[in-house]
Amino acid sequence: MGFFDRLKEGLEKTRKGITERIDKVLVSFGKIDDELFEELEEILVTSDIGIDTSMKIIEDLKKKVRENKVIHPADVKDLLKEELVHVMEGECRLNIGTSPSVIIVIGVNGVGKTTSIGKIANLLKQSGKKVIVAAGDTFRAAAIDQLEVWANRVGVDLIKHSEGSDPAAVIYDAVQAAKARKADVLICDTAGRLHTKKNLMEELKKVSKVIDRELPGASRETLLVLDATTGQNAIAQAKTFNESSDITGIILTKLDGTAKGGVIIAVKSELKIPVKLVGVGEKMEDLQEFNAREFIEALFD
Amino acid sequence: MVFEGLSAKLQETMKKIRGQGRVTEKDVKEMMREIKLALLEADVNFKVVKDFINKVSERAVGQDVLESLTPGQQVVKIVNEELIELMGKTQSKITFAPNPPTVLMMVGLQGSGKTTTSGKLANLLRKQGKNPLLVACDVYRPAAIKQLQVVGDQLNVPVFSMGDKVNPVDIAKAALEHARAKLHDLVIIDTAGRLHINEELMEELSRIKSAVKPHEILLVVDSMTGQDAVNVAESFNEKLGIDGIILTKLDGDTRGGAALSVRTVTGKPIKYVGMGEKLSDLEPFFPDRMASRILGMGDVLSLIEKAQESFDEKKAMELEKKMRSQQFTLEDFLDQMQQVKKMGPLNQVLGMIPGMNNKALKNVEVDEKKMVHVEAIIRSMTRQERMEPSIINANRKKRIAAGSGTTIQDVNRLLKEFEEMKKLFKMMSDMGRHRGKGLGKFKMPF
Repeated sequence: MGFFDRLKEGLEKTRKGITERIDKVLVSFGKIDDELFEELEEILVTSDIGIDTSMKIIEDLKKKVRENKVIHPADVKDLLKEELVHVMEGECRLNIGTSPSVIIVIGVNGVGKTTSIGKIANLLKQSGKKVIVAAGDTFRAAAIDQLEVWANRVGVDLIKHSEGSDPAAVIYDAVQAAKARKADVLICDTAGRLHTKKNLMEELKKVSKVIDRELPGASRETLLVLDATTGQNAIAQAKTFNESSDITGIILTKLDGTAKGGVIIAVKSELKIPVKLVGVGEKMEDLQEFNAREFIEALFD
Repeated sequence: MVFEGLSAKLQETMKKIRGQGRVTEKDVKEMMREIKLALLEADVNFKVVKDFINKVSERAVGQDVLESLTPGQQVVKIVNEELIELMGKTQSKITFAPNPPTVLMMVGLQGSGKTTTSGKLANLLRKQGKNPLLVACDVYRPAAIKQLQVVGDQLNVPVFSMGDKVNPVDIAKAALEHARAKLHDLVIIDTAGRLHINEELMEELSRIKSAVKPHEILLVVDSMTGQDAVNVAESFNEKLGIDGIILTKLDGDTRGGAALSVRTVTGKPIKYVGMGEKLSDLEPFFPDRMASRILGMGDVLSLIEKAQESFDEKKAMELEKKMRSQQFTLEDFLDQMQQVKKMGPLNQVLGMIPGMNNKALKNVEVDEKKMVHVEAIIRSMTRQERMEPSIINANRKKRIAAGSGTTIQDVNRLLKEFEEMKKLFKMMSDMGRHRGKGLGKFKMPF
């Protein structure tokens, strides 16, 4: 199954929901008027795109409708699609050119960091990379065991310390192991933390410093994991994590539910951080590269 | 704009209205739009918002608002009242079975916090005299059982598990037998996280339900959930018939509109809220506080309550007098610090002040460590030194620094800051006198 199909399958509910409602709106409105735009705006809002971003998108849409002298309400949908694709476009390939290169995975509690790491490790291993994972979540009960199960499942090496130890020390050891074992990619797990906990955000900086010092010049990805179920708080999460960690990309998880994950459109529009990967299920291979056009197409089909 | 509170926006709208001298229906409509936007920003589900706005509009367009002198305030009051009404006026607790054991079943999406919450709940109810047993029924997520075992160890609460090769229904049944034999009067079943649209796994929950007949099924919901909260809550409620909701991760900065959504679509009470990662961080749910939070008006009630609890009225009066008369000493300063500390972590207290919630707090760095240092320094002074800081010479400074584990520079800085603070008080006090307003409500700003 190709990416498009899998993503479509994962997003079926989303797509159906949005499309049905948009079609209904477009059929029930014979002409393009304010009410039409208002209804479209509502549809965006109910997809968690957020009222702010939705209003902005609709303003742009109105302008385009005027400029292009659109008469048919149905054409408005195509324009809206274009607008959204435009917002979401960005580089989604992982920057892992050097050997070793480093991927740090961060996010709030319960978004799916450890599961995503298992999936990324699998993805990279399938493409012939030698991968090491580092159990940097030394805080949550049994987080290390959880990652260990994934490492065994995928068949990659795991570097771990005991629960409660210093995460920076784990990462230090993992970097040394990555060098010694000539790994291509080191993937670092971190403990889930609410972005409002200042001291925990400082801890992330420390981890980053260890990598700066031990692997100068190495390619680095700092991936923020966002749960598609999350509402507007995802914007605050992205903003705060970005301040302490310079996020290079987003992994959007749990897109196989009924949640629409629209808040990433707001995140991208406000912070210009691209979505690189999406999680569409619980299986090891349920992680795909993000493609803006296909993502938006899948929403509107 | 995202982080602007509703009160600020309404004030803006009200200004316009004030300029016109009288309120029209159009104005009410405009205010309702602001409230609608605020609720949507807070992640309240769109349909829930629509119904809510219709209901409030009906009340607001009525005469009491239009004839009122401060219509904006009236509208906020009505909105607040309706929100509290919707979220349940009274606190709702766990009801225990007349014939023990009471069986609680925790359900929810992946990552909502079921396992941590199970531990917290066991801890809380044990304090109320129960003898809980935790049951590990999550056989799917790697190391989920281990996680519950670690939590159980930390709390010293026994955990019943049969590994991940046994059917969860059988585990639940065996756990109940075990609880009866070991005289546990409370059984908390931790189930695997699952999508509400996963028929197979939802069916599994139904089977656990019929096997052990839980007295309460508690849906664990992440307070950061967006529009989808209604779908999740509706599905779990339809398929299982939930008895209550536990809202997690409220220690973050989410406005928590999901609380209103899930409460509205299920009609079931929110029983507890998770406020942090420590196993003691589970609190009862207060609808009024949640209403203020969703509206972005800060947790005014909580703040007032905390302040009332912590501040000794008489001491405050004395202090005010001292501040005015320039007799404020380091001794008073220390005293004041203790009072503020009683109110809880400073950033929590600041977070409750309306308008401080997000943007403002980012610029205000509350350094609790610094407060500890300051306290240590003052405590290392003699009483005389506290009353008369001017006698503190180099020798004394050296002693104080050594005694408090700080440096002479730290001591100097504190003394300088203290002097500046006194000057500030004098200035404010003078200003107050000139304007004839006084400083009756003034509390020390740390």
